[in-house]
Amino acid sequence: MQPIISISALSKTYAGGFQALKGIDLDIRQGEIFALLGPNGAGKTTLIGTICGIVRPSAGRVRVGGHDIISEYRAARSMIGLVPQELTTDAFESVWGTVSFSRGLFGKAPNPAHIEKVLRELSLWDKRNNKIITLSGGMKRRLLIAKALSHEPQVLFLDEPTAGVDVELRRDMWALVRRLRESGVTVILTTHYIEEAEEMADRIGVINKGEIVLVEEKAELMRKLGKKQLTLHLDAPLAEIPGRLADYGLELAGGGGQLVYTYDDARGDRASILKLLEDLAAAGIAFKDLQTSQSSLEDIFVSLVKDSR
Amino acid sequence: MNWYAIRAIYHFEMARTRRTLLQSIVSPVISTSLYFVVFGAAIGSRIPQIGEVSYGAFLVPGLIMLSLLTQSVSNASFGIYFPRFSGTIYELLSAPVSYFEAVLAYVGAAATKSVIVGLIILATAALFVPFSIAHPFWMILFLLLTSVTFSLIGFIIGIWADNFEKLQLVPLLIITPLTFLGDSFYSIDMLPPFWQTVSLFNPVVYLVSGFRWSFYGIADVGVAVSLVMTLLFLAVAMAVVAWIFKTGYRLKN
Repeated sequence: MQPIISISALSKTYAGGFQALKGIDLDIRQGEIFALLGPNGAGKTTLIGTICGIVRPSAGRVRVGGHDIISEYRAARSMIGLVPQELTTDAFESVWGTVSFSRGLFGKAPNPAHIEKVLRELSLWDKRNNKIITLSGGMKRRLLIAKALSHEPQVLFLDEPTAGVDVELRRDMWALVRRLRESGVTVILTTHYIEEAEEMADRIGVINKGEIVLVEEKAELMRKLGKKQLTLHLDAPLAEIPGRLADYGLELAGGGGQLVYTYDDARGDRASILKLLEDLAAAGIAFKDLQTSQSSLEDIFVSLVKDSR
Repeated sequence: MNWYAIRAIYHFEMARTRRTLLQSIVSPVISTSLYFVVFGAAIGSRIPQIGEVSYGAFLVPGLIMLSLLTQSVSNASFGIYFPRFSGTIYELLSAPVSYFEAVLAYVGAAATKSVIVGLIILATAALFVPFSIAHPFWMILFLLLTSVTFSLIGFIIGIWADNFEKLQLVPLLIITPLTFLGDSFYSIDMLPPFWQTVSLFNPVVYLVSGFRWSFYGIADVGVAVSLVMTLLFLAVAMAVVAWIFKTGYRLKN
């Protein structure tokens, strides 16, 4: 299937000489939720801004739905909805007025039924006649989403969508994003909340210092890079790991009271757990409890960014 | 053409005028009325006729032009500066809107507001002094051309300014002095020869002179020259706006 967004050799160097994007190549598939992760200043917002037409690219090419963002900007931009990171809204316009304005700006005929649907979906219908200045921060965030959805985009960019919103609203937004995906909208989100990417994304891209470090299916990424650990709480602390257990790469923790075994499902290490337990019994090492843990996406992200430095 | 976008921006800007009716409409009408009271009645009664026109009537085109210039500049500059200041400009920049459409909408709204203010002042003037309009077509043409030209200039100022002080700088330090020294309150024939020559370098002289000619058939410079100069200012302003959008000056990184 042809990607909905195709980015090739995209670079951006600002007037001061700072190179924010360094030859980005990236394809976004139609209908997926793509999470773009990266530390502050990695180039996430510049990348989104360039695709949406806010930032001028220095080199490279971007196509949205097969349309070049420069030579066919009307067709490309008509397909995109953008929710910016900052809560940038007019203060004195009404909720209904500003959402209707956005629809018109994107070249769509007035459609009160659609605006009503969007406002109801985002729990803003009761506030439709309120001035924006009277809305809470969470409501303003939802309003920005409503504006972005007003012209029925096929691609939605969410730049840090849940920054500064409470847990309940965050979960509401996640549910909304899933509903949008079900309706065929491609969602690209940037986030600092790894939990958010882990919860929602189909694929994950990591950007650092203007370069895409990795693009991978979330499940595959977790499988490939996600380490698992088995921790055994010993009956009696050990001073050192017995030589016959050296091949397992065990580590002592908790003052010698815990034995930590790191393994990888992908390598079939799980089968060796049984062997380890047998060897422990043979060495006379008893344990009173055990637990397993898996590295989170956050651990993976930190590791990737660290490696790319 | 993205007509829906043009309509959306135009309506948004006009709605802002309705929200700030006192500032947008009532304020210029009150200040112009005060000019009529002070210059027309109090001082004007001591000034003899200029040509065959009373001083009070002579003031009418100049005062309309004064308001037209300041309103066009302030409406258009604020209209584009505020989205830049608040950050909402992202929506315009990411929308399928051409530069021409954006200018048409913003400048069209600013010019509309200025023309409305101009016509209200014209009606207000009728309450103070009797006057006639000899060439209504030309009066409307000069009104439209001037409001569009100065709205374009205001648009440029709104793009150039990066704080509220700069937004006020050009109107206060350049537009207003040029208007006061630009034939609004006197005929340049009343000046010593040296200052008559200096006045011819003031672009506002040509605007006011042409506009006054459309009222009373009297002018300090030929009406054709006024028209050509007005069109020239319009062309220069359009060229600067086109350059701004081509380069993304102060709009895009």
